[in-house]
Amino acid sequence: MITVENLTKSFQGVNALNGVTLDVEAGTVLGVVGPSGAGKSTLARCVALLERPDSGAIRVDGTDITSLDGSALRAARRQIGVVPQGDSLLRQRTAAGNIALPLESAGVPGPQRRTRVGELLDLVGLTDKAGAYPDQLSGGQRQRIAVARALAANPSVLLADEPTSALDPETTGSVLTVLDRARAELGVTVLVVTHDMGVVRKICDDVAVLEQGRVVEHGKVLDLVNDAASRTSSALLPAVDLNPINESSYDRVADVVLVGFAAVGALLPEAAHRFGVELNIVGGGLTRLGETPVARFRLGLNGERSDSALEWIGEAGGAVQRSLKGPQGVAA
Amino acid sequence: MRSATPWSDVLSFLLEATGETLYMVGVSTVIATALGIPVGVWLQLTAKGGLRPNVAVHRVLSFITDLGRSMPFIVLLVALTSVTRLIVGGSIGSTAVIVPLAVGAIPFVGRLVQNILSEVHVTVVEAAITTGASTLRIVRSVLIRESLPALINAIGVTVIALIGYSAMAGVIGGGGLGDLAIREGYQRFNDRILWSTVAWLAVLTTVIQLGFTRAARASDRRRHASV
Repeated sequence: MITVENLTKSFQGVNALNGVTLDVEAGTVLGVVGPSGAGKSTLARCVALLERPDSGAIRVDGTDITSLDGSALRAARRQIGVVPQGDSLLRQRTAAGNIALPLESAGVPGPQRRTRVGELLDLVGLTDKAGAYPDQLSGGQRQRIAVARALAANPSVLLADEPTSALDPETTGSVLTVLDRARAELGVTVLVVTHDMGVVRKICDDVAVLEQGRVVEHGKVLDLVNDAASRTSSALLPAVDLNPINESSYDRVADVVLVGFAAVGALLPEAAHRFGVELNIVGGGLTRLGETPVARFRLGLNGERSDSALEWIGEAGGAVQRSLKGPQGVAA
Repeated sequence: MRSATPWSDVLSFLLEATGETLYMVGVSTVIATALGIPVGVWLQLTAKGGLRPNVAVHRVLSFITDLGRSMPFIVLLVALTSVTRLIVGGSIGSTAVIVPLAVGAIPFVGRLVQNILSEVHVTVVEAAITTGASTLRIVRSVLIRESLPALINAIGVTVIALIGYSAMAGVIGGGGLGDLAIREGYQRFNDRILWSTVAWLAVLTTVIQLGFTRAARASDRRRHASV
């Protein structure tokens, strides 16, 4: 749906973007993460058509939108709903009035405008705040109105630039729910730029890690967590070494990543049973990526067939990393 | 020793002069606002970081604006005589004063307006840009509407400043309260007229200022507790 190709942008000789290439499938949510200064904001501003890249292309439905001008540029902007970073509502307009702004720009007549505004207020769960002014709303409510405004003109792509950076964890949840709902109910493709891995954990299908203006990692969140070496897995999965263990008390120590309800619930007990080994969880924990439970455990195994048990876990869908205590002569 | 002017005469003097002042100031405020707001908008649009940045246009416009503001009003009043004659068909009287008053106030309003518009937060303006709004729509619905309370206050400030300037209207026979105080009061040693006019001017400007402050507050949707 939206493709970023080899995008570069520099400011006064400093390269903010060094050839960024990204691809967001229709109806999915991509999280762009990375440390401060990685180029996230510049990327967001380029996609929002507020900044023109030096080179490269941004394609929405195959059409490059980076070199447009005048009314074609304004039409392209309507294709991309933007939730800007920080407070962006008109303080002299009601919540409903703010949501109506893109519809006015698009020339939608009054009655249809009111219907559409009503639908959006409903989508973000703020129907009762239609007549409220931004100063009468909480930060989270203002941000949800900003999401509704971004969605008003039926864009095919929704871009959210640090949508939760100014919010407390509780309010963050309500804003993320609204973004997730936009994807689910309107089928809109979402690109969310954030420094908060919690956003990725909760709503992202895909993730792209930006570092020094380059994409250093890009893929499905659930695939990347299986790769122990990925930045995504170390950032998203529970840490395993919170409790130092006495490794010598086990024949084998291994880290294992389990994705999905079935794997998390049943794989380990079954492995223990099948191979007659003692299998203890000595570190790590359980988290949730979207609706999917994901675990990273540090296992301690005792028993002759420990290696076979680990091998079997790997074959059954777990990602096993046996770097901590290699096979010993006796057991092998 | 001359007896003091009867109060009834003072009152009729004040009434007539007030009419002249309000006429001169009112009409010139309308003209200065109508032309000064576009100047301010243009200044802000062409400014660095504006919607249509253009250094050359901005510099020229800034220069003219600042030149206009630095011109002493009394000089403008006499310097514009021929222009005034061309526009209103004469160079003396209240109507003739309107021309220099308006001309003097346009750059004043322009600068005030630009300062006010530049206060609209950049994220708000950019959010409007991303909705695909045209520049005209952003000027109208965002820049001007968001700053309406401040703009109303600025017009109030302009009215008060113009009342001050209009005191010099007597130079070209424009009349008004300032002229009354100077000619009938000060120059003819008529303390009653002088101090009555001063007191009345104080009341008048306070009431006008209060009116604009109220109007500005009424137009402001920020921090309203109830809706």
